[in-house]
Amino acid sequence: MWAEILRATGEHLLMVLIAVFVATAAGVPIGVACVRHPRWGRFVLRAIDIVQTIPSLALFGFLIPLPFIGGIGVRTAIVALILYSLLPIVRNTVTGIEGVDPLVREAAMVLGMTDRQRLLSVELPLAMPSIFGGLRIATVIAIGVATIGAAVGGGGLGTLIFRGVAMVDTTRILAGALPAALLALAADLLFGWIERRLSSGVR
Amino acid sequence: MASSVELRNASVRDIVRNVSLRIESGEAVALIGRSGAGKTTVLRLLNGLAQPSSGAVSIDGKPLIASELTQRRRRIGTILQAPALFPHRTVFENIATVPRLLEWDSSRIENAAAEILERLGMPVAKFGHRFPRSLSGGEQQRVGIARSMIAAPPLLLCDEPFSALDPLVRRELQDAFIDLRDAGDVTMVFVTHDLGEALRVARRIVLIDQGEIVCDEPRDAFLASTHPLVKKFIEAARVG
Repeated sequence: MWAEILRATGEHLLMVLIAVFVATAAGVPIGVACVRHPRWGRFVLRAIDIVQTIPSLALFGFLIPLPFIGGIGVRTAIVALILYSLLPIVRNTVTGIEGVDPLVREAAMVLGMTDRQRLLSVELPLAMPSIFGGLRIATVIAIGVATIGAAVGGGGLGTLIFRGVAMVDTTRILAGALPAALLALAADLLFGWIERRLSSGVR
Repeated sequence: MASSVELRNASVRDIVRNVSLRIESGEAVALIGRSGAGKTTVLRLLNGLAQPSSGAVSIDGKPLIASELTQRRRRIGTILQAPALFPHRTVFENIATVPRLLEWDSSRIENAAAEILERLGMPVAKFGHRFPRSLSGGEQQRVGIARSMIAAPPLLLCDEPFSALDPLVRRELQDAFIDLRDAGDVTMVFVTHDLGEALRVARRIVLIDQGEIVCDEPRDAFLASTHPLVKKFIEAARVG
């Protein structure tokens, strides 16, 4: 049983890590673009917001019939996780950058930094606490949604939960549920700690 | 070689109206006027923070073009009332900003930083590694001044640079600016509410009222002016 739990946890973590990584790699630049082009940005934020309101099982349902990214299995689950992780990351990137003291932003301009230099040297570093906050939320959500991914063949700890339910085996259910809950808690604490460390360096 | 500056019939909507001003290399000019008179906006025309709705702005005979702003700003020192230091960078890193943009080598940057901090009474050994949040308001403003001036820009634009400082520090810095003025390598344009300060540091006073230049005279002629608003200003500045 332990081997099963370990494997399921590993699958779960891998899914979440891949999804959050891709969501960050895409989400932060999207967030930056949203700030640079506010009219377009509002529209994009809206769109991602709508995706987030779709219940996870329903989203899986929508994705399954699609070519390439669809089908039953881990890939669909990861795609869904990426979509769910995008909003917190994009939104917190936007908030973080917009939250930079306008006088500091102006100082960067007046000293002769290019837009790119200003973004990389001033705005993004100062937005880090907010961005990590988005990462924290995204990871916790992803850990949760990944448990449902098992329903569409995604693997992970959800498999144990679903099988436990089917077999009316409480131990099996808990074997899936507890690690998932602990993972979410651990992620929350870890990212929360990073956020606090970053904030104190930036005030 | 200090910069020359020219505004030709520059307007910014109704904040600045048809202002023409020519400042020669090495001059020290004070822009004074009531709050909201438009003097800060005139200053901001000179570093491109404000765009003229009509008219022209040029520095060293070359018009200020949007695509060149970034480059040209590296040779303009701007000192504002609030220093707006980068909170996530040390004092040294803040000061090194423009030298790094100008690609100076690190020993040159270190020497220049040490020298300017020393002149401002903040030895680098004691202050260089500190973060802005651990500094007093006056110390932060001095770091801001160092940051703007370390690369010896030929044009210096100041907007109430000393107003947040205590009178003793203010006096010291005014003296430092007077030395700079006399050395002749920089053209200074500064906005101030304090007529006394304007008369000390500047050699030419420009009074702006409701977006227009009302009086533009060398110091002594300004004091002798019969323009009613000038007289009001002088009267208001008189202490006791």
